[in-house]
Amino acid sequence: MHIKCLARFCAVLTSGVLLLWSMAAVAESGWLQLNMPRGVTAVSREVYDLHMLILWICVVIGVLVFGVMFYSMYFHRKSRGVKPAQFHESTKVEVVWTLVPLFILVGMAVPATKTLITMEDTRDTEMTVKITGYQWRWQYEYLDQDISFFSTLSTPREQIYNLAEKNTDYILEVDNPLVLPVDTRIRLLTTSADVIHSWWVPDLGWKRDAIPGFINDNWTLIEEPGIYRGVCAELCGRDHAYMPIVLHAVSKEEFAEWVQQQQQSTAISAAH
Amino acid sequence: MAATTHDVHDGHGEHHHGPAKGLGRWLFTTNHKDIGTLYLLFSLLMFLVGGSMALIIRAELFQPGLQLVDPHFFNQMTTMHALIMVFGAVMPAFVGLANWMLPMMVGAPDMALPRMNNWSFWILPFAFTMLLSTLFMPGGGPASGWTLYPPLVLQTGDAFPFVILAIHLMGISSIMGAINVIATIFNMRAPGMTLMRMPLFVWTWLITAFLLIAVMPVLAGAVTMLLTDRYFATSFFNAAGGGDPVLFQHIFWFFGHPEVYIMILPAFGVVSQIIPTFSRKPLFGYHSMVYATAAIAFLSFIVWGHHMFTVGMPLTAELFFMYATMLIAVPTGVKVFNWVATMWRGAMTFETPMLFSIAFVILFTIGGFSGLMLAIAPADFQYHDTYFVVAHFHYVLVPGAVFSIMAAVYYWLPKWTGHMYNERLSRIHFWLSVIGVNVLFFPQHFLGLAGMPRRVPDYALQFTEWNMVSSIGAFIYGISQLLFVYIVIQTIRAGDKATDRVWEGAHGLEWTVPSPAPYHTFDKPPKISTADAHG
Ligand code: HEM
Ligand SMILES: [Cu+2]
Ligand SMILES: [Cu+2]
Repeated sequence: MHIKCLARFCAVLTSGVLLLWSMAAVAESGWLQLNMPRGVTAVSREVYDLHMLILWICVVIGVLVFGVMFYSMYFHRKSRGVKPAQFHESTKVEVVWTLVPLFILVGMAVPATKTLITMEDTRDTEMTVKITGYQWRWQYEYLDQDISFFSTLSTPREQIYNLAEKNTDYILEVDNPLVLPVDTRIRLLTTSADVIHSWWVPDLGWKRDAIPGFINDNWTLIEEPGIYRGVCAELCGRDHAYMPIVLHAVSKEEFAEWVQQQQQSTAISAAH
Repeated sequence: MAATTHDVHDGHGEHHHGPAKGLGRWLFTTNHKDIGTLYLLFSLLMFLVGGSMALIIRAELFQPGLQLVDPHFFNQMTTMHALIMVFGAVMPAFVGLANWMLPMMVGAPDMALPRMNNWSFWILPFAFTMLLSTLFMPGGGPASGWTLYPPLVLQTGDAFPFVILAIHLMGISSIMGAINVIATIFNMRAPGMTLMRMPLFVWTWLITAFLLIAVMPVLAGAVTMLLTDRYFATSFFNAAGGGDPVLFQHIFWFFGHPEVYIMILPAFGVVSQIIPTFSRKPLFGYHSMVYATAAIAFLSFIVWGHHMFTVGMPLTAELFFMYATMLIAVPTGVKVFNWVATMWRGAMTFETPMLFSIAFVILFTIGGFSGLMLAIAPADFQYHDTYFVVAHFHYVLVPGAVFSIMAAVYYWLPKWTGHMYNERLSRIHFWLSVIGVNVLFFPQHFLGLAGMPRRVPDYALQFTEWNMVSSIGAFIYGISQLLFVYIVIQTIRAGDKATDRVWEGAHGLEWTVPSPAPYHTFDKPPKISTADAHG
């Protein structure tokens, strides 16, 4: 009796532990990475809301249309002995299902237009960083602070070729991250020295192509300090997958300190 | 194949000279049915070649890290896969269907320009042999993506001029095919087959042919400019010489967006034939279907910028392209609603062509929804060049265009061969395909939204799980296509005798001729009865 109870208890316990463990494993793994990040700027949140709005509109329309279809497939099948109707035209319904979607689209276009106008308005920025794409790394030039450096993948080759265990930030890590202050309206210029690249940090809410011979104008205002990772999004040759972006968003004070450090170390290396 | 058509000949004791014997028959044929068969077989072969490349891609992406191929080879695979699927599999399949069916549907004895018809097909094997041979050249094949953006594409090795020449050949072939379609539809219709009585497949092909004639020369121009930039020191796309790399993208997508409709409008036509047949009810809204097709074709010329939202266009241009793209949802919606209304209160049965058509309507619509999301420029700044886009265009191309081709083959195969296909096996093929395709492409939405870029051989660890699922789906889908090949061969060689009408609810001139269709049909124009015409 006792033994039986104990066995049952153990079974319940182990299955409970297993369940918890597997839930934790799911939460840690990529299974739950299903949606766009909300990001850390006002713009990225607007984009996220827009994305969710349109997604839900599509889901509702889909449920309605497919619902009618499945209803019909179930009830209007020959095996149920139905006689097919012969109607095949109605101007009225055609007009309805042309105009109703049109109104829904206008409803989507209004917030989309607003967000687009905000995103494209690059006036009144407080500092500028020029970003140049190379095959296969990024160069960051702080035009107001006179700082410039390259940012290259730091994941060891052994990890890429499966000879060593991969870090958590596998191929999303660099030697010199881009450091930017929070709560500052920053102008980011993108261009390229060779082929077209595209600079993308999802948490900022946009990507923008880096095109040789042309300079693209963008802005951001990061609200939360943190480390944000991104990638090159435009195919740029062999190592396109291996030119990540790492952005350290720090407080204004930390940024000032960092700038000083950088300027000193350039001064030292210039003196040598 | 030869055996079947001989059956045709002997079985029905045609008065005409039948097909020639041996290889010469296929080389020199000017018969629309032979040429249709050639196109379809060629397309099947390319579908398998392009599919194998996709499986190499998916095998590499099964896990993070580099396991099977070098990144440069990986890029050649994505580029070749797309070029082969677009120009070698989907487009020739629809031209094959057009060759077989258009003359029979409008009551014509053959295509209007039979010799050109032969030529437009026979260019293709050469074009694709040349394209595939570039994989073995120094520097490998093209690795810039099928979009061929400069300056990257200019880094291609010795393959470069061969790729361009191959694209020119494909373009010439398509243009000749399109001229033939237009000439046939405008000049060869049987008396009484007015434009507004033509079956929808004929209508959609007519409009597609105009799109082809309008945009294939544009692609030819763009790739020629690449050629002169590389070899003759021009600077169309070179900023250092006063040119603009983005100009190429404008020209390419002015071709490219109509091109995607070239691959889907005939699919709309196929589905508009099949759904009424198996619903035993006329197509709902025939006129609005024709107008919607024309509206989509027109709009397809003014939306190309939606592929380029991230290049940095002026705000007004972005707004224009966003609104124009959203507008396409309206006629597309009309089409979907009309198909559903056709099914409504019909008396449906679910043979394999109908199953594929229903899957088409649902899954194509899902691709349409993600298309609508991509049209929203601010959101596209996030979606662009991620797996979300890959999921989108595969939903419209695979369970879209490719499923419609499968549906068409099952629908008309009994007419072509005189044999019924194996319904049980074909249902297995259908279910494996639907499950495979969704397991393959649905998770790619998640991957893209979570931040995985496209055209990469390697990815960050958080994308591992869904990539594995996607790769498993790819192998389910890919391998189950071998079953399709088996079913087709089996049907060609044997099978229950098909009746002339084949399907209880089928209407249209093609069902008034014997099964298999004799080598020559409608030498004398048929009488058009209302039952066999639309409108
Ligand atoms: C067996 C079914 C298929 C599988 C498993 C498959 C898989 C893939 C994969 C893995 C990619 C590369 C994604 C990347 O850019 O990293 C891709 C790209 C692409 N596929 Fe497919 N595909 C299939 C069928 C098709 C079909 C039938 C078509 C055309 C009608 C097609 C058109 C394309 C295009 C246009 C691209 C973009 C290539 C590029 O951007 O360079 N695919 N496909
Ligand atoms: Cu890149
Ligand atoms: Cu497009």
